[in-house]
Amino acid sequence: MNKKTLFDKIWDSHVVRKIDNGPDVLFIDRHLIHEVTSPVAFLGLKKRNLNVMYPNLTFATADHNTPTINQHLPIKDPLSAKQLQTLQDNTKKHDIVFWGLGHKKNGIVHVIGPESGITLPGTTIVCGDSHTSTHGAFGAIAFGIGTSEVEMVLTTQCIMQPKPKTMRINIDGELGDSVTPKDVALFIISKLSTSGATGYFVEYSGNVFSKMSMEGRMTVCNLSIEMGARGGLISPDKKTIEYVKNREYTPKGQNLSRAIEYWSKLHTDEGAVFDKEYNFNSSDIEPMVTFGTNPGMGISISGKIPNVDSEKGNSSSYLKSLKYMGYKIGDKMLGKRIDYVFLGSCTNGRIEDFRTFSKITKGFKKANDVVAWLVPGSHRVLDQIKSEGILEELESSGFKVREPGCSACLAMNDDKIPPGKYVISTSNRNFEGRQGPGARTILASPAVAAAASITGKITDPRKL
Amino acid sequence: MPYEKFRILESTGVPLEIENVDTDQIIPARFLKATERIDFDKNLFRDWRYNQDNSLKKDFVLNDKNYSGKILVAGKNFGSGSSREHAVWAIYDYGFRCVISSFFADIFKNNCLNIGVLPVQISADFLELIFNSIKKNPNVNLKVNLIEQEVSISDFSQIEKFEINPYKKENMMNGFDDIDYLLNMKSEIKNFAAKRPF
Repeated sequence: MNKKTLFDKIWDSHVVRKIDNGPDVLFIDRHLIHEVTSPVAFLGLKKRNLNVMYPNLTFATADHNTPTINQHLPIKDPLSAKQLQTLQDNTKKHDIVFWGLGHKKNGIVHVIGPESGITLPGTTIVCGDSHTSTHGAFGAIAFGIGTSEVEMVLTTQCIMQPKPKTMRINIDGELGDSVTPKDVALFIISKLSTSGATGYFVEYSGNVFSKMSMEGRMTVCNLSIEMGARGGLISPDKKTIEYVKNREYTPKGQNLSRAIEYWSKLHTDEGAVFDKEYNFNSSDIEPMVTFGTNPGMGISISGKIPNVDSEKGNSSSYLKSLKYMGYKIGDKMLGKRIDYVFLGSCTNGRIEDFRTFSKITKGFKKANDVVAWLVPGSHRVLDQIKSEGILEELESSGFKVREPGCSACLAMNDDKIPPGKYVISTSNRNFEGRQGPGARTILASPAVAAAASITGKITDPRKL
Repeated sequence: MPYEKFRILESTGVPLEIENVDTDQIIPARFLKATERIDFDKNLFRDWRYNQDNSLKKDFVLNDKNYSGKILVAGKNFGSGSSREHAVWAIYDYGFRCVISSFFADIFKNNCLNIGVLPVQISADFLELIFNSIKKNPNVNLKVNLIEQEVSISDFSQIEKFEINPYKKENMMNGFDDIDYLLNMKSEIKNFAAKRPF
């Protein structure tokens, strides 16, 4: 029998039509939309006088362009207000579920999908956002699309995609103290570079991933795009099924039993061949930080900024990047000044991330000259922060917790890091200006961000 | 959205000799607030093009009067990062119809093909040759022939072939997009959808 990868199994079961020498027509089970990449798609529908084919398969939230304080007040920026209103109008017109600002199910699109049981194993999931790869943690094929494709999914529930190649990344063993899923992902990206997995869909395999919580797996799959992969996925197991059952949109009763039977068989066949395979050692992974302006420029926290690696890129782009950061080759990262701390985003804005952060800051006070923005990924996360007593602990250490949204991850709202300032951020991109014009981003885990918020410097959380 | 057909483009090129140009550089998130496809070209490469007081940054290539044209020539791994199609709208609306690089990010490449910007992937050596030719003579013409799948530098008679999916090539040459194709197979999609378990 033909041995197949998990990715092949899910992909092949969603191909409506194969086009000779062309892309596959792929059926989409779940479509998530938000205010920024959907308005022009709806405008396209209007121009062509088309309807949404399956409104019950699309779900909408407002997250990218929303404030994270005083969400009950009218939005000040007229352009932002109009964008949010447009999403509300479009979803109402086309009968699409919409969890807008202030709604108890509102939050970052990649946080609320899994929370609500919209994200299920074996499905295809797309969204006009590159971090849609997050949902791969459930053994789904999930990836980001452009606005033209959002329009295609709205009107036909399909997109046309050439089938990506397959890659497997294996890591076995134990992770050390304070080494989190974020560090595993930043480590992999530092080895593969930001384009090392372009054209591939990645399966993460090995007991490092099977031992991870669902939240941790989401962090890893979320960052797949940062090495160029369209997405990443992890085989569903008991933990996955435990997480998805009893959620709002998860199948119920007999349908659930049938689904579980199917999900339990969803894995890569032994002997299936991947187009590319990597093996890493868990013991080589330490808490990571980035020092440059792309997520591939990462090193272990105790490391020094390396010399130009001519195999990875040209020296002028590398030096331009260091100049932007105000760093030099050979600099140690430990001890570098931090002005801002950002805990949040679809990468690290879940309950586990707040637990990790508060566990480290407990008993300490936030450094006076550090500004910390702690932004939960959703209202449910915020509620859990309160019910678990995390909010109280954080407040006694001098922190405040804001309202949910994408916030300073992409700085589309007012949460912008000022020019020249250094931010240690649990988000996903350290591109120039990503967190505000001139802002300098150091990507790290919630544990490393927590340690820096206490000392005002890059600090090893194991030595705090 | 229908776009201008692409067959053969002969133009000077604008050299952006930087690697890993991400979509946040092409258009920063704070300029994604519009609800229509309008004015994105004004903020193309915003923070590389303008100082914070909105004056022009003299050392950026788009502000250098020596360089102009419908072809953007960029360093490897162009368009990484966010899926924002706004990045390609900004490039198209600014007047570029083609981006040449030695490597493109996936989603960006798809977005280009969906709205009529031709992404042309060539070898690192040929890219270097193009950069050098333009720097030596900013008026040198590049010819992108989609029919033959060839790029050439006019005054050197240097030619390189490039790859494109035959279906996408057909679309680009005729200004079609995928929606028309998908709309024509709606009943097939309906039958398929009826069989999906969840």
